[in-house]
Amino acid sequence: MRQLCKGNVAVVKGAILAGCRGYYGYPITPASEIAEAAALYFPQVGGTFIQAESEVAAINMVYGAAAAGVRAMSGSSGPGLSLMQEGMSYLAGAELPCVIVDVMRGGPGLGNIAPEQSDYFAMVKGGGHGNYRNIVLAPASVQEMADFTMLAFDLADKYRNPAVVLTDGFVGQMMEPLDLEDREIQPPEKPWAVKGTPETRANFISSIYLETDELEEHQRRMEAKYMRAQEAEPRCEICHAADAEVLLVGYGIVSRVLLSTVEALRKEGVKAGLFRPITLWPYPSKALVEAAAKVQKVLVVELSNGQMLEDVRLALNGKVPVEFYGRVGGNVPSVQELQEQVLTRMAVAV
Amino acid sequence: MANESVIGVTDPETKSEVKSEVSSEVKSEVSPQASNDVYEPIHSKSPVFYDLYERKAELQHQTHYCPGCGHGVAHKLIAEALQELGLQDKTIFVSPVGCSVFAYYYFDVGNVQVAHGRAPASATAIKRSCPGRIVISYQGDGDLAAIGTAEIVHAANRGEKITVFFVNNAIYGMTGGQMAPTTMVGQKSTTSPWGRRPSNEGFPLHMAELLATLEAPAYIERVALSDNKNIMKARRAIRKALEIQRDGAGFSFVEILSPCPTIWGKDPVEARRWVLDKMIPTFPLNVFRDRRPEIPAGNEPPQRPVADVLGITPKAEARDVSKPKHAHHFKDVKIKIAGFGGQGVLLLGQLLIEMGMREGLEVSWLPSYGPEMRSGSAHCHVCLSKERIGSPLISHPDVLVAMNEYSLRKFAHEVASGGVILYNGASLPADFSAPDVQVVSIPASEIADKLGSTKATNIVMMGALLEETECLAPGTALSVLEDKVKKLNLLEIDRKALTAGRLFIDEQAHIGAVSQPDGFA
Repeated sequence: MRQLCKGNVAVVKGAILAGCRGYYGYPITPASEIAEAAALYFPQVGGTFIQAESEVAAINMVYGAAAAGVRAMSGSSGPGLSLMQEGMSYLAGAELPCVIVDVMRGGPGLGNIAPEQSDYFAMVKGGGHGNYRNIVLAPASVQEMADFTMLAFDLADKYRNPAVVLTDGFVGQMMEPLDLEDREIQPPEKPWAVKGTPETRANFISSIYLETDELEEHQRRMEAKYMRAQEAEPRCEICHAADAEVLLVGYGIVSRVLLSTVEALRKEGVKAGLFRPITLWPYPSKALVEAAAKVQKVLVVELSNGQMLEDVRLALNGKVPVEFYGRVGGNVPSVQELQEQVLTRMAVAV
Repeated sequence: MANESVIGVTDPETKSEVKSEVSSEVKSEVSPQASNDVYEPIHSKSPVFYDLYERKAELQHQTHYCPGCGHGVAHKLIAEALQELGLQDKTIFVSPVGCSVFAYYYFDVGNVQVAHGRAPASATAIKRSCPGRIVISYQGDGDLAAIGTAEIVHAANRGEKITVFFVNNAIYGMTGGQMAPTTMVGQKSTTSPWGRRPSNEGFPLHMAELLATLEAPAYIERVALSDNKNIMKARRAIRKALEIQRDGAGFSFVEILSPCPTIWGKDPVEARRWVLDKMIPTFPLNVFRDRRPEIPAGNEPPQRPVADVLGITPKAEARDVSKPKHAHHFKDVKIKIAGFGGQGVLLLGQLLIEMGMREGLEVSWLPSYGPEMRSGSAHCHVCLSKERIGSPLISHPDVLVAMNEYSLRKFAHEVASGGVILYNGASLPADFSAPDVQVVSIPASEIADKLGSTKATNIVMMGALLEETECLAPGTALSVLEDKVKKLNLLEIDRKALTAGRLFIDEQAHIGAVSQPDGFA
């Protein structure tokens, strides 16, 4: 049965259903409801909630819990994620699975608390030091906040790598119906974990490889698993693309506005389609190339100055003209605004 | 180095002392084959150490520590304590960044290597994840007292049931002799070339004393690896700290003043003397805390099934909401509600989507949030739709519920042509006009006041909204209110408020007195 839920709260509900039993975080608008819901729910289901002294401590607590084999997570927004980058590099280097939620707000610096999508580079391209990737999922609804958090735990364990749920202030703050199944997921066995038992005494969690050849070999192994993820995990949603002349590309809250825009444009006789990446890394490049094969133009819309745009251009590699429309500072474009953008650009194209 | 089998202990005098004190029973465990090896062990080491340090690239029978370094002695004392207490299989050793970053080469226990300074944070979560186990955070002075100051203070303050061994040698060893937070006044380092000057670098941090100001720690002691007598005291302190953790008694912390002959530019014997003569006067040896902390009982969270906690109703037991047979004469309705904080603006929106959901519609609610809310004005966007909702953000609402004049003036221009504005006020401001839009004034605050609570203003407006637009059934509104309003007297007022709002619209329509700035009905 459906229940009304805030996006941020849905994250925690999904996490608990996924068997996550460790939440370590620090409050920040617009992500604080994640910590609040975790503080309320985790201790009631035998889990641990700690409000850490900083995001730096929080991510290193996640590291500790993950090393002990527990499904663990943290949630924050841009400034907090900046502080977590060191820890995320260590988690990736030590091949520890965990889930980190970034409810993006305006930046750089303190910026503001309104929604932006300006952490794309930081989350999708790495952010911390060293050669590593985050698996990144981009929910656009309250239901997906729960579903993708659960999926993120599975992918994190599958690839022994941090997974990021990258969303924004609007998706975090909005309420929608949420349908949850009472079916707890049993996390997989982790024979590599350090648990203070005779069986795990020989285990060792670290990101140190002192010898150059050893470190190279370690990184090659990581690359190989990233290649596997690139083959198996890209996900996207495509709407009205079959006969589209213009393909609109956006993720998260923007994809919602774009869906309305596509429908409005079609009423006016403009054949518009929507391509919405669900995994930002690995990016659904193949699917994008297919969806854009017959269009005259691609318009990327982001709440940034053009970050995902680079991945779209890389995927399409000059085959289709790619244009960009971005709003920043916490402004979200309206349907009407985007309609005008498309109409103006298509008039030029025709 | 060939006969360097006793880790880190190069002082022959100490060697014999330690041997006679602790190693008599393990002496017999020395493998007879050992004498055939390149090196000849003088006596055995604790089985808590690996036989051969296989994680080391070369020289796997000896440590990476310099001759005379205190880490070797400290490692040995910890290994022997773990052995004596029978804790080897239960122990998780957290290695920091610093010279002891490679502690996992040596300790045959579960090992986790962590980022610089963060060992107490990681150890916290390891212990919380493995509550019955022994978690050791072993840190140097740069790690614990500089980059990791926040983590150690807060782990101690939470009373984490872990043991921290803090090796203080007043210098950065691994990186080659830079100033540490514990470098003493006047002490030269590569980054305090004129000696530590309090005018520029401040004073050395006294971590044991600092942590002893906290309520939660159970045990805090400072010891020194300066001479045999003090090493034996250190041995007892280390054992006691681990016993405290074994017994679940709380946070235990041992600061170990330790020689660093290489960086200090001294031979091992001089270095020990320097600990005795220079460090101990600055960092006095003492038991700063030795008591079981009094942790007041708090409200323990109840343990409940996951489905209950998450509000998941099993499908079989799902309450029949008896969907009101309400005809939705729309594909979608977009409603914007705006007013002052405290007028129940956000709540009204939430009630509407709860109703919509119960009537089988797709719904979304998007609030204004953050400082804007706190500065006194609030609004939310409500979408009710028969189909999947695209943008939850409303640029042109079909209905604006304006709870005050400010919101009326601010948002009226957004309302879609042919839309409706419901305004909380006895009459419209004289200079206000909104072409192509139907505007209705409802003295909702006054009505709610008369019913007994101004707080019911939003429910009066809800009644008006339902009557005016017929977007949702009043019966659904009643059932939602009955579920959500827990106080019976308030529920009674809300019921009346809902009816009053509906009646007001009815009467207005009946007498044809709906406020119409542009004159059409």
